[in-house]
Amino acid sequence: MSQIKNFTKGFVKENPVFVLLLGLCPALGVTTSAFNGFGMGLATTFVLVSSNIVVSLIKSQIPDKVRIPSFIVIIASFVTIVQLVMEAFLPDLFKALGLFIPLIVVNCLVLGRAEAFASKKDTLSSVIDGLGMGFGFTFALTLLGAVRELLGQGAIFGYSFIQGDGMLVFVLAPGAFIGLGYLIALINTIKKTE
Amino acid sequence: MNKLIISGSPHVQTDESVKKIMYGVVLSLVPAMLVSFYFFGLAAILITLTAVVSCMAFEFVIQKYLIKGPLTILDGSAIITGILLAFNVPSSLPLWMVVIGSAVAIGMGKMTFGGLGKNPFNPALVGRVFLMISFPVEMTNWPKPIAFSTQLTDVVTGPTPLAVMKEGVSQGEHVADILPEVPGYVNLLLGNMGGSIGEISALAIILGGLYMLVRKIITWQIPAAYLGSVVVFSGVFWLIDPTQYVDPLFHLITGGLMLGAIYMATDMVTSPMSHRGQLVFGIGCGVLTMVIRLFGAYPEGVSFAILIMNAFVPLINKGFKPKRFGEEVKHG
Repeated sequence: MSQIKNFTKGFVKENPVFVLLLGLCPALGVTTSAFNGFGMGLATTFVLVSSNIVVSLIKSQIPDKVRIPSFIVIIASFVTIVQLVMEAFLPDLFKALGLFIPLIVVNCLVLGRAEAFASKKDTLSSVIDGLGMGFGFTFALTLLGAVRELLGQGAIFGYSFIQGDGMLVFVLAPGAFIGLGYLIALINTIKKTE
Repeated sequence: MNKLIISGSPHVQTDESVKKIMYGVVLSLVPAMLVSFYFFGLAAILITLTAVVSCMAFEFVIQKYLIKGPLTILDGSAIITGILLAFNVPSSLPLWMVVIGSAVAIGMGKMTFGGLGKNPFNPALVGRVFLMISFPVEMTNWPKPIAFSTQLTDVVTGPTPLAVMKEGVSQGEHVADILPEVPGYVNLLLGNMGGSIGEISALAIILGGLYMLVRKIITWQIPAAYLGSVVVFSGVFWLIDPTQYVDPLFHLITGGLMLGAIYMATDMVTSPMSHRGQLVFGIGCGVLTMVIRLFGAYPEGVSFAILIMNAFVPLINKGFKPKRFGEEVKHG
């Protein structure tokens, strides 16, 4: 597999949210607006790339039986960095994302890529895989956030273009499931026609 | 001289068809529709028309361009969804919201699952609950009924009897003090109360229900179990404390209970197949409705109760299979 393919697979073909259905907890929880989704996606991307690097570097040192706890420790360290940096420099986003930042530790996507990819491949491939998957995740969360913000508040990235409220259901939890369901249907249709 | 016809079973067939049943339901909805036109006037006619036309339009567009399957817009099911959706919204609702509700009812409630016969949830209720959660202010703005009203705007609004009751009881008032604030039982029965377009007249809905029973479009099991369990549930609480809980008759003829029990819960597609299963389904609807009405945040719970029980239908169908002829083998 060429590195370009390795990078682009995360966008549509193996999109973590729309195809692999990984990391659905933040995908449903924080995507009330496009900006929240974007911020969450970038935070996860950073953790994903960093943990992929470290895991692929020390993979020969980790005993097989305790590899999952080891991965978790590595991931948790990077999540703590993200959490403290975000609290210091982006307090508004930190407040909006809240509990979902520490929850990146148990994001199936991050652990899944460490287990399935980084612990078996070389460092360069792992970085590219992390970037591709992370951007795919960011793309998915931003898209879902944009759809929910557009329908729920009549705005995109905070720029409102209607008066009053939108459809409240898209701000609430059901809207996340409805929006995700139809986006998955759309991606499946696109994949079928390719 | 070849009169011998060889064919597989079933040999006895009825002349019922989807179309016949659907138009039978439409016909049975006429009394309730006339009552709604009488009390809410032009606004009710406009909303009903908008809902029916947009439901049929969305069904046509989705079937033709997205599913690319056979067109069934004239089988009447979209008309019923439209009428029932209109019946479930207040007459002051802006028309564009009715169109959104129709899009959700047909698109999300029905076509997403593959069309008529495959939808697990009642499409009209999906549309209504979507509107209810999306536009809570507009969906709980109930115009007061005025006989032969021709007004379109500036109507007097007020809460539904159920909302008055819930509000009063939660503020510690006694039921006996609240009852004079709502229309009397005769008015409630005829439909002279605030509420959604089609739910107001219990009498007209019962009339339509009787017609459907005679035509064998619905069975008695679901409405009887639904209404019966509401009577028992509210009756027990009424007997325990009549100052805090209103009598069962009030619960029966207010809100959307009659419309729900007779038209929504009995939807052939989204209700259990066996008679015993239908009884369980009806009791579940009744208990959930009363739990929401008495203890929930909303004053009315019919649509939520039916949608929740819709989700249980596959399970009920699995647990209550009708016995096939000859299934039970007698020994000895």
